[in-house]
Amino acid sequence: MTDVTMRVWRGDADGGDFRPYKISTEGGEVVLDVIHRIQAEQSGDLAVRWNCKAGKCGSCSAEINGKPRLMCMTKMSSFEEGQAITVAPMRTFPIIRDLVTDVSFNFEVAKRVPAFKPKPREADGTHRMAQIDVERGQEFRKCIECYLCQDVCHVIRDHEENKPQYAGPRFFLRYAELEMHPLDTNDRRTIVREQAGVGLCNITKCCTDVCPEHIKITDNAIIPLKERVVDRHYDPVAWLGRKIRRRS
Amino acid sequence: MTTIEEVGPAGNAPSVTPVALGRTRGGPDVPTLRPDRWWIQPTVIFLGLTAFVAYSTWAAFINKDYFHAPYISPFYSPCISSNCTYQQLPIIGTWWSISPSILIVAFPLGFRLTCYYYRKAYYRSFWWSPPACAVADAHPRYSGETRFPLIMQNVHRWFFYAGAVFVVFLGIDAVRAYDFPGGWGMGLGSLILTANVVLLGLYTFSCHACRHLAGGGLRGFSGHKIRHWLWKRVSVVNAHHMLFAWLSLIFVAFTDVYVRLVASGVITDPRFF
Repeated sequence: MTDVTMRVWRGDADGGDFRPYKISTEGGEVVLDVIHRIQAEQSGDLAVRWNCKAGKCGSCSAEINGKPRLMCMTKMSSFEEGQAITVAPMRTFPIIRDLVTDVSFNFEVAKRVPAFKPKPREADGTHRMAQIDVERGQEFRKCIECYLCQDVCHVIRDHEENKPQYAGPRFFLRYAELEMHPLDTNDRRTIVREQAGVGLCNITKCCTDVCPEHIKITDNAIIPLKERVVDRHYDPVAWLGRKIRRRS
Repeated sequence: MTTIEEVGPAGNAPSVTPVALGRTRGGPDVPTLRPDRWWIQPTVIFLGLTAFVAYSTWAAFINKDYFHAPYISPFYSPCISSNCTYQQLPIIGTWWSISPSILIVAFPLGFRLTCYYYRKAYYRSFWWSPPACAVADAHPRYSGETRFPLIMQNVHRWFFYAGAVFVVFLGIDAVRAYDFPGGWGMGLGSLILTANVVLLGLYTFSCHACRHLAGGGLRGFSGHKIRHWLWKRVSVVNAHHMLFAWLSLIFVAFTDVYVRLVASGVITDPRFF
């Protein structure tokens, strides 16, 4: 058993502050275990969102020592002994209470992603995809929607005014998944540029750094989207190719 | 959750995401809560890039000691003016009297400036936008790469084409680095010029624009076996793009230093045969 001081953000829309909790931890515990013990032993009204405790539901996102992380996947043993550990709610979203934030911005963005629109079925009534194309999209489907990437993205974290015209890394992942789907017929490149705001991203890769599923968001989704926007809007050779193809 | 199926205006959907701004956010209003030394990485990158820019500017303007048969400095290749010490491709006339390096430097410089890795590096270390993850952006307003001049980052693909041509020229230089006045041989400089073009080639062809052109831009790989094969190979080196960016940057400066020291007589190039 080791004693540790947890500085947990307590407050709501009217304001708040860090409150220190001295508590003992056992080997193998994660931050969420300790938050639950604080809830059980010292502060029954501490609000925290959680569900699976296995890094798969994406509910317990918070900022631990200033870094966006899942509380259930952050081992207490990863901190130096004697160091106070701060636990704060995600900074990018409005607070509801304590460690719980209102992430509904993400649901609004999700509604605006033009959905999968498949090609007509083949003569035998089926859709067919090659295995290599199935495998390409698997990485994107690992997303657990913890919104840590949205939280760390400075485009909306430090500049809230960008929220109406910026989809954020999680949804660039969705756009990329659809744009790389061989059966889909929608062309979202202009929307990605003009409404999802991919040009606002300056690829500083923090979304990739914090992703608990280790999805290479920047390299495999955002940059491929930026390159698709270049194909559509900034590459005269691609423009000429489209013109020639259309004419022929 | 409902999503629109058709691309384009969907009924009365607003053109921007309906979201209430200005609501109270959790946590203290401080630049960061990180207690670690997050500033080390941007500082090291700042110093590294500044040192390279300072040295390469000096080397590009000095206009001497860039050739010693059979070695030519990569900062002066291809040498395209008539005032070159080594006549390689004299397409610019004698009216050009200053350093021939100035004529070509925009291409490798533009390739690196618009490179996806270097953008991350200098946005973090020079512009502090942001300096590190979960550390506040140093600027009150932000428009990313949507306006001039940063919208010009979209021309990276064109600099990639130029970069590929430069790799060809530097490859020719590397082969010529074994062609001594007395016949074929190998000196330390031959190996250095060879390593230089290998590293520059790895950096150039591991670039994200190259990955996209190789096959990443396809909706599906089915029916595109060669491009899928190419994309897989480029993806392997692309995963190490940052490493190649730094190695090639350091080595190109080192190659210039070596040629300069040999050309100025400070050191003698050791010949192996």
